[in-house]
Amino acid sequence: MKLLSKMVNCTINNKSINVEAGTTVLEAAKKVGIHIPTLCHLDLHDVGVVNQNANCRICLVENESRGNLIPSCAEKVTDGMVIQTDSIKAVMARRTSLELILSNHPKDCLTCVKNLDCELQSLASEMNIKEIRYQGEMMNHPKDFTSPAIEKDSNKCIMCRRCVTMCDEVQTVGILSPLNRGFDVVVATAFHLDFNDTSCTYCGQCVSVCPTAALAEKTSTPSIWRRLNDPQKHVVVQIAPAVRVALAEEFGYEPGHISTGKIVSALKRIGFDAVFDTNFGADLTIIEEAHELIERIETGGHLPMLTSCCPAWVQFFEHQFPDLLDIPSSCKSPQQMVGAISKTYYAEKKGIDPKDIVMVSLMPCVAKKAEAARLEFTRDGYPDVDFVMTTREAAKMIKEAAIEFKQLKDQSFDDLMGESTGAAALFGTTGGVIEAACRTAYESITGKELKNVEFDELRGFDGVRKATIKIGDLDLSIGITHGLGNTRKLLEAIRRKEVKFDAIEIMACPGGCIGGGGQPYHHGNIDILKKRQQALYKIDRHAMIRKSHDNEMVQALYEHFLKEPGSDIAHRLLHTKYQPKERI
Amino acid sequence: MLLVNSLNDLKQWKKNVLKRKKYTMTLVVCAGTSCLSSESDLIIAMLKNAIEKNQLDAEIQVKPVGCLRFCGIGPLIVIEPDQTTYMKVTLKDVDDIVKLHLIQGEVVERLLYRGDNDELISTITEIPFYKKQRRIALKNVGLIDPRDIDEYIAHDGYLALGKSILSSTPEAVIDTLKQSGLRGRGGGGFPTGLKWAYTAAVKSNEKYVICNADEGDPGAFMDRSIIEGDPHALIEAMTLAGYAIGADQGYVYIRAEYAISIEPLELALKTSKEHGFLGKNILGSDFSFNIDIKLGAGAFVCGEETALIRSMEGHRGEPDKKPPFPSESGFRGKPSVVNNVETFVNVPVIIREGAAWFSSIGTDNSKGTKVFALAGNIKNIGLVEVPMGTTFREIVYDVGGGHPNGKKIKGVQIGGPSGGVITEDYFDTPIDYDSLTAIGAMMGSGGMIVMDEDNDMVEIAKFYLDFTQEESCGKCTPCRIGTKRMYEILERLVNMEGDPKDLERLETLGINIKNASLCGLGQTAPNPVLSTMQFFREEYEAYAYRTKRTTYAVDAKKCIGCTKCARVCPVQCIEGKVREVHRVIESDCIACGACYEACPVDAIIKP
Repeated sequence: MKLLSKMVNCTINNKSINVEAGTTVLEAAKKVGIHIPTLCHLDLHDVGVVNQNANCRICLVENESRGNLIPSCAEKVTDGMVIQTDSIKAVMARRTSLELILSNHPKDCLTCVKNLDCELQSLASEMNIKEIRYQGEMMNHPKDFTSPAIEKDSNKCIMCRRCVTMCDEVQTVGILSPLNRGFDVVVATAFHLDFNDTSCTYCGQCVSVCPTAALAEKTSTPSIWRRLNDPQKHVVVQIAPAVRVALAEEFGYEPGHISTGKIVSALKRIGFDAVFDTNFGADLTIIEEAHELIERIETGGHLPMLTSCCPAWVQFFEHQFPDLLDIPSSCKSPQQMVGAISKTYYAEKKGIDPKDIVMVSLMPCVAKKAEAARLEFTRDGYPDVDFVMTTREAAKMIKEAAIEFKQLKDQSFDDLMGESTGAAALFGTTGGVIEAACRTAYESITGKELKNVEFDELRGFDGVRKATIKIGDLDLSIGITHGLGNTRKLLEAIRRKEVKFDAIEIMACPGGCIGGGGQPYHHGNIDILKKRQQALYKIDRHAMIRKSHDNEMVQALYEHFLKEPGSDIAHRLLHTKYQPKERI
Repeated sequence: MLLVNSLNDLKQWKKNVLKRKKYTMTLVVCAGTSCLSSESDLIIAMLKNAIEKNQLDAEIQVKPVGCLRFCGIGPLIVIEPDQTTYMKVTLKDVDDIVKLHLIQGEVVERLLYRGDNDELISTITEIPFYKKQRRIALKNVGLIDPRDIDEYIAHDGYLALGKSILSSTPEAVIDTLKQSGLRGRGGGGFPTGLKWAYTAAVKSNEKYVICNADEGDPGAFMDRSIIEGDPHALIEAMTLAGYAIGADQGYVYIRAEYAISIEPLELALKTSKEHGFLGKNILGSDFSFNIDIKLGAGAFVCGEETALIRSMEGHRGEPDKKPPFPSESGFRGKPSVVNNVETFVNVPVIIREGAAWFSSIGTDNSKGTKVFALAGNIKNIGLVEVPMGTTFREIVYDVGGGHPNGKKIKGVQIGGPSGGVITEDYFDTPIDYDSLTAIGAMMGSGGMIVMDEDNDMVEIAKFYLDFTQEESCGKCTPCRIGTKRMYEILERLVNMEGDPKDLERLETLGINIKNASLCGLGQTAPNPVLSTMQFFREEYEAYAYRTKRTTYAVDAKKCIGCTKCARVCPVQCIEGKVREVHRVIESDCIACGACYEACPVDAIIKP
């Protein structure tokens, strides 16, 4: 039975409104169609991310009952409250705060990575700032370009602390925090350590919430262009599942628009020699992973088995839980599998020297850049994956190539690694990897056909989800978590032996890859993530084949090259080992 | 070791202390921090040594006490019982005091205080500085030995606590406080009884009593002096608070640089525990309470209660939005009472003497007394405790003795970096919370700095702003960037690089920072600028229009051509022949002021 919440009444700009107690002034104003500008505020309530520390002072409104200004994003409505959002006092205070921020912000907008996608820039336009009355000293902090995935230019930081909330509270990684006092305050790593010297997971959630370009991905675009222009090189590209439901947003489509065919077409126009589907790699991963799980169950191996597709999560457990290195699956991620297969099987089939193959992957993720750079993913002197570009970078490349994205005709993936199943598409959202695995495990264990392939109990946005899936006589106990803070709680419970699972899926980003650090900026709109998720379910629903082991190209790969799941060659190419790392 | 288990035990203890053999003479020596820095610890050691050597130790004792408050004339020695008072005592004076006063019974006249007409004043009570003062918070400070719990007991120590927990109720304690009209002495002036009542009303299995001993205002040192001089009063008050709100744990948040205060507090905590005033089952009741010390790193912003709590929790000391207030969600998210030291130590006195007694002192809305740290261009520098409603004029002239060199006093800065400047026109304003707010200042924690005609108000405002912008935690935009920009404008002005538009910028920015900042620090940071702009606008304009002279000059009408100025000028920028009018070469003048000091006829005009 749901308790009736208490209602309170307030007046905003002379409009009376009843809202539930606990509603913020900002939310209440929205209900009566009153817009209040915000900057530091971020509310992704459904995935447990709320930045509400009221420090930018852009959302101030006047509380007429008390005659003072209050931050509407954080202050809750009280009964009888009288609010004026556009009193001269409030408007002047908001303008002053914005002018002050701008007075301490570089003016290189034209060449900035966030140009036209910057919340500060939009706000300056929205508030019609034409002059900055208070000029003076500007911040001058060192930039950090050391990491393979993330670049930090603290001089563009406006101290909104969204990244701190993300890193410390949501992800519990705790790399970023404010240092110093007064004007010298800067959000940075402890003692200004390089990202590389910290326990950063490179999940990129700090990047995805940064309103300016203080945090951005390290771009690979120039290197990719160079390879594309090198006639010696055979440049191939793979596209991750979550990319196809997000990239179109950069071209004015509604969130959740599926543009797989157009993306393939665009990449071919740009000059890639072959376009592969990371979903093929996902199907391959499922087969290897299901094989590993069944083996662990049958031989009394270490349980639970944890998925290992997410590179930020891998980085996280190596740093934070070095004592649990034997529980994640030894499978490489789909990206790395496609990379390894390209430079062996594909090279062999096409008769190309693997050293001339350049593998580029198009990912919703910045951690994938760090994953591709890991030394263990290099064989015979060349890496499985040479370059990783994010969804955002790919959209910029398409624009740079002057391609009219909307006019493109759909094209298909290339052979050998172009086929995929509905199960693979689910890899892009929380719960998807384990759902795909269950489909394969069911048929593999029972030998019977799985009729209803959708496991509703595994879907949703809750931070930690549990379900028991009946597979023949076996009750498979499944855990799902997304966001590293939730993950930490679950792992600590496992370490204390308080919970028992057979298999657990973990994704570092809230929502999974649909909310990845390399995706088009959601600017705090949770609906965008939900629509991307629905789109992935739609791809699955409409797929001809919905179980990974039914993928014919994957079957062909085993037949002609890998022999069988878990074979020696499969182990050599598709599996990895983890290293304990220091926690800083 | 006596474990006090009842009110009778306590009363008996007091009787025993009073019955003890009396010394014929007691040398009360100030061992407050500023006197210690003038070697009062060595003076004490030498006195003890000499007394022993002369075999007088059975008759004469030396008693180190906390601050005797008239810091300008320290180290002070008051000889009981006749209260002969020696000032500015140095190690060299010890021999004379022992030989003349202690052995021969003669007063050492050269160490006595001299009045306005150079008359000798031999007893402390006759010194004008002390006359208008009335002590409640500083009641025992400078009177008792802070390291000796017996002395505190002899002055009715722990009686209020005993009475309350053994024969009263928490509600009655809060009611008394409410009726007394006590308001917070840390700045905002929130009614203490109400604060306690709010915290008491919240249901929680965990509550905390927190003493804010961060005391960050430059020049303010009353809280430190109370802890140094009367630590048990704080312990008693916090325990009372614990009883009243239903908490069993208290914390004193004190800056680590107050090392000299921490030591007697630690000792007092230990002793009070041994005697059953703290710990389990206090005074035999079923009420238990403990106090621990939390050291702060001395950030000004940690004096703001939410920042203080964050710091206590081990986080970065940054203010949080209010509501929720600490009374609802404070330390570790639990209901907490936060009061400063001066507020707390009023409580036992109020409980003992009654609400009616306390509320008879002061004005309508501000009851009791307030301690000020009087400093600047004033004759008598020290701690001043006066009833609320005392005027600035009384403090500056009667207590403070006016300007040391008879110059015109231009204003008083009150409330530290958060406060404002009061001009002579307002000197008859009675000092209480509401009158101060009405004239654009605030009580603050009680810094009071006197400024004379020579002080440059723009420079003074700049000094305060430099302080606040450095001490800003940097969390919210207006304070982080705004105070920096205000400081930059002021810097531009005093460097004669500003323009008239800067005045408008300064004012607009100041008002918006006040309106838009997140915590009390930011909301008050522009006050020193805005209030000086209000009262001394011509000084700002002189900079903005660049009409301010920055060099010295010779008044041709007064100059007698004695050449003294030219001879002392270190850069030889004064020219002129003997018995002719001299002239300052302005481009070379470094404004050192040597000529001003040298001129026998006041013919040098200051910048």
